[in-house]
Amino acid sequence: MTTAIATSGLVKTFGSTRALDGLDLTVNTGEIHGFLGPNGAGKSTTIRILLGILRPDAGSVTMLGGDPWADAVALHARLAYVPGDVELWPNLTGGEAIDLLGRLRGGLNKRRRDELIERFDLDPSKKGRTYSKGNRQKVAIVAALASDVELLLLDEPTAGLDPLMEVVFQDVIGEVKAAGRTVLLSSHILAQVEKLADTISIIRLGKIVQSGTLAEMRHLTRTTIEADTATPVTGLERLPGVHEARVGDGRVRFAVDGEHLDGAIKHLSGFGIRALTSHPPTLEELMLRHYGDELAAETNGNRHGALR
Amino acid sequence: MTATAAPAFRRTTARPGGSALAGTGTLLRFDLRRDRIRIPVWLAALTLGTIMPATAYPALYATAAERQAAGATMNTPAGLAFTGPVHYLSDYTYGSMVSHQLLGFMVIMVGIMSVLMVVRHTRAEEETRRSELVRAAVVGRHAQLAAALILTAAANIALALLLTLSLGSLGIDGVTWAGSLLYGAAHAATGITFAGVAAVTVQITEHSRGASGMGLAVVGAAYLVRAAGDSADSGLSWASPIGWAQQTFAYLDDRWWPLLLNLAAAVVLAGIGFALSLRRDVGAGLRAARRGRPVASRALTTPIGFALRLHRGMLIGFAAGMMVLGMSYGPFLGDVEEMFRDVELFSEAAQMGGATFVDSFITMIMTVLAIVAAIYVVIATLRPRAEENAGRAEPVLATRLSRAGWLASHLTVALAGGSVMILLAGLMLAATGAPTVNESGLFGEIMAASAVYIPALWVTAGLAAALVGWFPRAGALAWLVVVYAGVVGYFGTILQFPEWMNNLSPFGHIPRLPVEDFTWTPLLILTAIAAGLVAVGLYGFRRRDLETK
Ligand SMILES: Nc1ncnc2c1ncn2[C@@H]1O[C@H](COP(=O)(O)OP(=O)(O)O)[C@@H](O)[C@H]1O
Ligand SMILES: [Mg+2]
Repeated sequence: MTTAIATSGLVKTFGSTRALDGLDLTVNTGEIHGFLGPNGAGKSTTIRILLGILRPDAGSVTMLGGDPWADAVALHARLAYVPGDVELWPNLTGGEAIDLLGRLRGGLNKRRRDELIERFDLDPSKKGRTYSKGNRQKVAIVAALASDVELLLLDEPTAGLDPLMEVVFQDVIGEVKAAGRTVLLSSHILAQVEKLADTISIIRLGKIVQSGTLAEMRHLTRTTIEADTATPVTGLERLPGVHEARVGDGRVRFAVDGEHLDGAIKHLSGFGIRALTSHPPTLEELMLRHYGDELAAETNGNRHGALR
Repeated sequence: MTATAAPAFRRTTARPGGSALAGTGTLLRFDLRRDRIRIPVWLAALTLGTIMPATAYPALYATAAERQAAGATMNTPAGLAFTGPVHYLSDYTYGSMVSHQLLGFMVIMVGIMSVLMVVRHTRAEEETRRSELVRAAVVGRHAQLAAALILTAAANIALALLLTLSLGSLGIDGVTWAGSLLYGAAHAATGITFAGVAAVTVQITEHSRGASGMGLAVVGAAYLVRAAGDSADSGLSWASPIGWAQQTFAYLDDRWWPLLLNLAAAVVLAGIGFALSLRRDVGAGLRAARRGRPVASRALTTPIGFALRLHRGMLIGFAAGMMVLGMSYGPFLGDVEEMFRDVELFSEAAQMGGATFVDSFITMIMTVLAIVAAIYVVIATLRPRAEENAGRAEPVLATRLSRAGWLASHLTVALAGGSVMILLAGLMLAATGAPTVNESGLFGEIMAASAVYIPALWVTAGLAAALVGWFPRAGALAWLVVVYAGVVGYFGTILQFPEWMNNLSPFGHIPRLPVEDFTWTPLLILTAIAAGLVAVGLYGFRRRDLETK
């Protein structure tokens, strides 16, 4: 397996803010890599370094075998980018912006462009200033996906999309994956990437704190189960790996470690399951598991900083 | 203002009166904080721009006879168009001179300040969608405009006080305290009127640049209307807020009531602004946005075509302005000879080194036209910086378009556009002026006189480009070149600045055709400097971080 992106010890500071603090990120060719982290963790900064828009203070980066800063133009021909905050030209239409970005990148697939516009239900003849955030996002997504590139750098691409469009987006990314392209997909919401990502890296305070497949990570985490049963559940607390069990009449809620999920469900089925919901761990839970209080304090700090 | 606001507001909330303006005080403090450097700079520049020439008059015109003679040179249609109403000449004291020669010009600056300030705190905020955040807080629907207007009015009143105190304390004969108070008030009242104009224009377009453009066009039109009125000594001057300010005859008659017209206009305009703001959504304009092409043309998707498209509006608007400016001077060329010939005392001074009056006049006009063209050059060169700031450079620079290529395409438009501006102004001056003068070859001379300024415009662009490349946040410093060239060009001859001050400006090295002879050397050197600065700018831009949002 070849490596599409490899960074090592990446550091980037803005004044007194240490946006990246020794970031080691590896993305393999052909995979969809979820890049997860709370707001302000350094996702956008990383992607901008990969684009040669920012220059790192220390550390090394290789992308598609080149140096993103020195070989920017050559590399840009092989990748497409969707920014986190899409800003369009007020007096260019969405269609013009798509063509502009696509052709400046080296050409775009006209048929694919029209098909994507159709699927994302975008009106390409409206002026940039009249688009909502979601529609601006769609313009950038169509522009990026309409060109046949090896690598897609997507910075929170679905942030402004409604759930229906998010499904369309997932379908399209699925096709991209089938075509063997590499995708770096950033988000601060686990649910947005878990359906798509083969592997995930979690970034926090400018460092990668966990990396691996979601299954591997899930293994380390707990799933929350809620069930309605015919007869009251007993003996749940004694099962290995079960936590925070709350049993009411005919209703039970508990968290269970990934490796003991099977045993817990088997136990439940003995009481006649009538309804069952399971919540996979959220990003917050994944991280809480590892950082607990420290993280809670920090999230508040970040809120404050986000007003900048 | 609140009266117009109240009815609509009752529809939405139960407690009329206060809450449409809720949060005005907080916003005002916030606006004031954002402008804590901008406002003092404006006020200092405007005060100095008044004080410097005012203190120079006694030295330049020592006796009453000299003042009367100076007044007589103004007593022509062209002279009055550039200054003010002829009535000032009836008793040309130092005070009258200040009021006659400076007021009309300085009030344009006050108008520019006021329009930009209102737009900056209203439409520009909406355009960036920051005001959605603000409006979502406990802030009334009228608070943002109210805060902007109060801020602008306060800045204008502060300017009035500064002018009164500084002029009054000069102790120049005829520059009385009473007159100074009115002179300052005339600035403030006119500035507040133009703030009212901006309160309306910001409702019309979704674009802050459109809103500023319309507001500044009204300022320009107000000046032209009074110029036309004063040159013919007709009542037309009364159709202009700048005319009203001049009709106070500060230092001469000290007549306060024309300023009531300014204030009444300001109240009515602000009322219209508040009323219009109820007829639109936050972020939207009254003028509905049009639809456009769903597919880009081939031309748009080349780097230079793309840059041209972004510059198009400004390019066309400015070109039209330059042509109007050229045309507005041209017809006076025929009068110039007569207007100066009769005035013995001044014929010497006005005639630069033995040239004809017409040639001197053309030389003078060219300085003005070149400085206006330099305004375009700075705006255009800072445009890529605005793109970067708005976050629109990022997606483009993530394509195969290189940084240098992107910046260079904008600079190409700025360099070529600046050249076109001065040539267009020259062309219109020549086309309307040459036929009024019986002198063969004048058309070509005027064209040459405008063309020689091109290298100075390029140096201006080069300086701005170097700033964009190396000190992007200090890009606005490029305006200093224009301001400096303006001050030296406009006041340099009146105040007889030393030569080195002239040499500091790129415009000071241009052979002043047709009075002086043409020489290649300074033009080639300036062109080389411009090329060097552009290269430095491109180099800097290639190696720095792109500024991100
Ligand atoms: N241009 C900048 N200037 C100053 N600070 C910045 C800049 N860009 C990012 N930062 C800071 O760096 C940190 C990481 O930001 P970012 O990469 O945008 O995070 P994310 O995309 O994960 O939300 C934040 O604290 C942010 O405030
Ligand atoms: Mg981000």
